[in-house]
Amino acid sequence: MNIIILIAILVVAFLIYRRYRDESLLGMIFKVAIKALSNNKARSFLSMLGIIIGVAAVIVMMSIGQGSKEAVRKNISQMGTNIIMIRPGADRRGGVRMDPSSMQTLKQEDYEAIRNECKYVKYISPEVQSGGQAIYGSNNYNTTAYGESLEYMDIKQWEIEDGTCFTEQDVQTAAKVCIIGKTLVDNLFPDGQSPVGKTIRFKSTPVRVIGVLKSKGYNSFGMDQDNLMIMPYTSVMKRLLAQTYFQTINVSSLTEETTDQTIEELTEVLRRSHKLKDDAEDDFTIHSQAEMMETMSSTMDSITIILVVAAAFSLLVAGIGIMNIMLVSVTERTKEIGLRMSVGARSIDISVQFLIESILISITGGLLGVLLGYGISALATSLFGLPTSVPFWSVILSFVVCTIIGIVFGYIPAQKAANLDPIEAIRYE
Amino acid sequence: MSEDNRKVVIELKDVCRDFKVGDEVVHALRGVSFKIYEGEFVTIQGTSGSGKSTLLNQIGCLDTPTSGEYYLDGVSVRKMGSNQRAKLRNRKIGFIFQNYNLLAKTTAVENVELPLMYNAKVKPKERRQRAIKALVEVGLGDRLEHKSNQMSGGQMQRVAIARALVNDPTIILADEATGNLDTRTSFEMLVLFQKLYNEGHTIIFVTHNPEIAQYSSRNIFLRDGQVQSDTINHNILNAEEALAKLPKKD
Repeated sequence: MNIIILIAILVVAFLIYRRYRDESLLGMIFKVAIKALSNNKARSFLSMLGIIIGVAAVIVMMSIGQGSKEAVRKNISQMGTNIIMIRPGADRRGGVRMDPSSMQTLKQEDYEAIRNECKYVKYISPEVQSGGQAIYGSNNYNTTAYGESLEYMDIKQWEIEDGTCFTEQDVQTAAKVCIIGKTLVDNLFPDGQSPVGKTIRFKSTPVRVIGVLKSKGYNSFGMDQDNLMIMPYTSVMKRLLAQTYFQTINVSSLTEETTDQTIEELTEVLRRSHKLKDDAEDDFTIHSQAEMMETMSSTMDSITIILVVAAAFSLLVAGIGIMNIMLVSVTERTKEIGLRMSVGARSIDISVQFLIESILISITGGLLGVLLGYGISALATSLFGLPTSVPFWSVILSFVVCTIIGIVFGYIPAQKAANLDPIEAIRYE
Repeated sequence: MSEDNRKVVIELKDVCRDFKVGDEVVHALRGVSFKIYEGEFVTIQGTSGSGKSTLLNQIGCLDTPTSGEYYLDGVSVRKMGSNQRAKLRNRKIGFIFQNYNLLAKTTAVENVELPLMYNAKVKPKERRQRAIKALVEVGLGDRLEHKSNQMSGGQMQRVAIARALVNDPTIILADEATGNLDTRTSFEMLVLFQKLYNEGHTIIFVTHNPEIAQYSSRNIFLRDGQVQSDTINHNILNAEEALAKLPKKD
């Protein structure tokens, strides 16, 4: 779409140029500049090359940055932007090592308190995790068992493809049942038989498979979302880990808009449940998915900025390259400059002529760079599956930057040309 | 001959031009005065170092005098800035150089159009028409679209002469215009110059070749930055006849 707009703009610009190239002094100077550049095609192209590479690099970096950002946002919002996670321990950053007991603050009472008291909470599921090996027959695979409540499927909006979900009774009795993801199915049951009803072993505990999750593929962090098994949280706590605290409590707010109220409410309920004094710090941390999305986005932004700045330096180098070529060109064409001056060109006419030449080099280079950037981005997507998206403003920005480069680095050569003494220039050999 | 009735196109009054070379001051022109009237064909001669080139630069408005006055078509050039002089060169002077100075890889018409490009009043259509007319006048009507690198020396110099004519200048200023050409082509050029002279153009021809002086109407000799002699040539030789006498090229 963007590329169509771009081509349309170029066509219009070309038509305007066609219409006015003979009509004005500027049009005439443009014509002369194009002629001068086409007289020396190889050199013009080489001096353009720096700009082409620079702009293409900037565009590719921006498109990868933007593409990844969009992919991450899409992923996170697919997970549900109304999801809120409660983790034990204060929100400490900067590597302060915490007392292990502070990581055990989320208990069954908290779960019940939230379930009974919070009116903004729609679904709630405590979570415990245990990593280990799942074995069926001679096949085994490393996976993670997530202990959850029934409502977890609603929070995540996951669906069961085959079989059923566990029941409230399974939770009560800490039944050794599980729902498994597609990756596990593929690795434990490679011959294509249905895993439902089979008993697998996880960390040497036999667990019966009662359902298979619908495949979700990889997320934007490259994590396989299908390599997991979900069990009742009670089962993981009692049968696998023998622990009494949760690692996380997942909650979904009524809607995305009520996320803030939900967080407030949760804080209040949990502080009461933990009997914290007014001046005491929270011994838990609440993250919302929306907040995570912002953090991820801004991280992506900083990475993009660093990449783009690095690429932008190549534009600076390209500009110096143009200046170099233009200086050589001025020296080489001293006689022509002398002639133009003797037949009536003013200093400003000469300086504009050389400025337009350098702008033309940099803009043409910029244009080719944008096209190359588009091409590389498309290639990166189709060959390596990198998410890319070329922001249209980056194309506009490239043109503006190229024009500025043309003016800035063309200025010194143009002044050198304009300040030539016509008497000496015309006799220059 | 009552000279006062004729229009003065160039008037130099005690023109001096000094150059600083290191700590020394070189007096290239030491008080040059003369008038050139409309329709004259003047040769300016002198040995190298006589101030010929400096004088040419003065007349061509490429430079300004250190002292003295120079009037081109009644306008004082001495106090003009470089932009004003550029405009003056564009409208009133047609330059012809020894080494033609055509734009490379450019057609004859485009080369001749060049001075008019720096005159915003001339529209593209008119520009082209005038360029073609000037080329026809110098006998290159059949070489309009030839590029400068596809032409002989004589043809290139004709293009240069057409370029000098195209802005309908007050004076045509030739600097050793035949210096790079063989004898026969030189005479062909002289025929052309005499034709222009007969049409009423004012021509100033700077040369060190005394032979050319015989074909002009007036001869000025420079020596050490001063006018040594300034004579009217009452016996102008006919270049066409001289050309006919030359052995034909085979």
